[in-house]
Amino acid sequence: MCADQIERLPTGITGFDHIANGGLPKGRTTLVSGTAGSAKTVFAAQFLAAGIKRGEPGVFVTFEETPEALRRNMLGFGWDIARWEAEGKWAFVDVSPQPEEELVELGAYDLGALLARIEHAVRSIGAVRLSMDSLGAIFTRLNDSRVVRNELLRIVSTLRRLGVTAVLTAERTQEYGEIARYGVEEFVSDDVVILRNLLEDEKRRRTVEILKFRGTSHQKGSFPFTVIPGEGIHVIPLSAIELKQRSSSVRTTSGNAELDRMCGGGFFRDSIVLVSGATGTGKTLMATTFMAAGVRQNERSLLFAFEESRDQLFRNAIGWGIDFEQMERDGLLRVICNYPEVTSLEDQLIFMKAEIDRFRPQRVAVDSLSALERVATIKGFREFVIGLTSFIKHQEMAGLYTATTPTLLGGSSITEAHISTITDSIILLRYVELFGEMRRGLTVLKMRGSSHDKDIREFTIDSRGMHIGRPFRNISGILSGQFTHIAPSEIDRLSAMFRDDESSDAAQDKPSAS
Amino acid sequence: MSKIVLHLYIAGQTPRAERAINTLRQMIEHDLAGYECELTIIDVLANPQQAEEQKILATPTLIKSLPLPHRRVIGDLSNVKDLLNVLNLPPQS
Repeated sequence: MCADQIERLPTGITGFDHIANGGLPKGRTTLVSGTAGSAKTVFAAQFLAAGIKRGEPGVFVTFEETPEALRRNMLGFGWDIARWEAEGKWAFVDVSPQPEEELVELGAYDLGALLARIEHAVRSIGAVRLSMDSLGAIFTRLNDSRVVRNELLRIVSTLRRLGVTAVLTAERTQEYGEIARYGVEEFVSDDVVILRNLLEDEKRRRTVEILKFRGTSHQKGSFPFTVIPGEGIHVIPLSAIELKQRSSSVRTTSGNAELDRMCGGGFFRDSIVLVSGATGTGKTLMATTFMAAGVRQNERSLLFAFEESRDQLFRNAIGWGIDFEQMERDGLLRVICNYPEVTSLEDQLIFMKAEIDRFRPQRVAVDSLSALERVATIKGFREFVIGLTSFIKHQEMAGLYTATTPTLLGGSSITEAHISTITDSIILLRYVELFGEMRRGLTVLKMRGSSHDKDIREFTIDSRGMHIGRPFRNISGILSGQFTHIAPSEIDRLSAMFRDDESSDAAQDKPSAS
Repeated sequence: MSKIVLHLYIAGQTPRAERAINTLRQMIEHDLAGYECELTIIDVLANPQQAEEQKILATPTLIKSLPLPHRRVIGDLSNVKDLLNVLNLPPQS
């Protein structure tokens, strides 16, 4: 981090201070610009609400919505503005349009009254923060834009004199283009934040970008955010997440002794395992076994299921001799079933993080990631997986994700392509067609930081779970789905050849030794 | 005959405020000479709370509260004729 001289004021907006390298430049005015519906007002109100929670009173100058509407609308985020007003922590300067009174302009004017009101409000509650929302509204009400611009400049310099840190919101007409309408950026250009509400592949995606902080540092690029009831704006600082998790060499069991052996002694404790396979190959079984193994050694285990209902999952588990219901009663297991379609992936991530924080598990399984992929753009999905993975690894938990391949035989899933580099280990489950019969095969494709069994092993599933058997010997091309059978006689001949070599070597050795 | 009630909000003794006050005096003395007229001048720098209550944005702002309808005019009121027009004064009896 560079040592800059500009002091920061932490906004208290989750994730935002992270990308702002600490907060907004203190004592300055930051322009927050966005199109209609980009959550500018929420940002402005949250800036004050978060300040009040830190004991910093705030003034809200509203040009657009009435104080009544704001008090009502912001209650959903848990911000009781009316109470804060009564406690002298929040003050409105109401400049919202008065519909009953039309404004007639006759001669030259200035905004001296507004300036006096703002200064009065700031002084009377000892405000540390101020929000003005939003500038466009005042330009549409007064004809002389030049005067408005000059007066806003006067207001901004007054705020600076008062030592107030301010957020000024302004409209943009397009997501990419000029910073704001009416040339607002000409007088508050030091610090600019842009909120976007994009439509990508018919899915809404909100992002926040710090365009500039004059003379000081911030994270570059845009970061997804979401607006949550009861909380407000929640920025997900993905690329700012430090990927410096401690990786331990502590092993933990997968729940299947043979699989542990194949992995060189079990999964690593702070690692993520991806289990990929077609439908019905046993992914949910692996997730279930992984959870049960955790519970058996008294670890708290959390399962996020996005494909099957709770009833179905519990019934499946019973079928494999695992009593999820009892485990939940014992408080060691928590199963959360969710339809991915009900919410955006950003919200899903925040929800999952909150659940993880609440339950504090040692193991987490997600079954399946592919279900979540359906509701997001490729970029959004990748960000989600990175966000979740780094969060899980940070907590030093063992994680297991499943991914569904679209084809029954061979093939790879899109999920895999996007996240295989993020996960530490990959296990493939595949159907294998063997002389008119469907069998199942399993292989450990990757095991970061450890040696592992490279065979493709046959496995079966019965009422006690998964049984890993011998490697497939007389078949190749399993992973690609293009099977080639090698005639058993050929295998016998080849192995016999080796055996012959060995025995002939031994035969040769013997006489010479004797 | 109905009373005329006017409030003028100014931000200090600026040239604009002076001009507005002069125009109003002229209007009251000449054009509204036969009417009962009440003019209050409020300096928002001294009374910001009053400006807040009345939601005054610009200065000078002239508010006519009687006779109805209410009228709000901003600017230095450069011209008496225009002002009378805007305020619907003198009242038609």
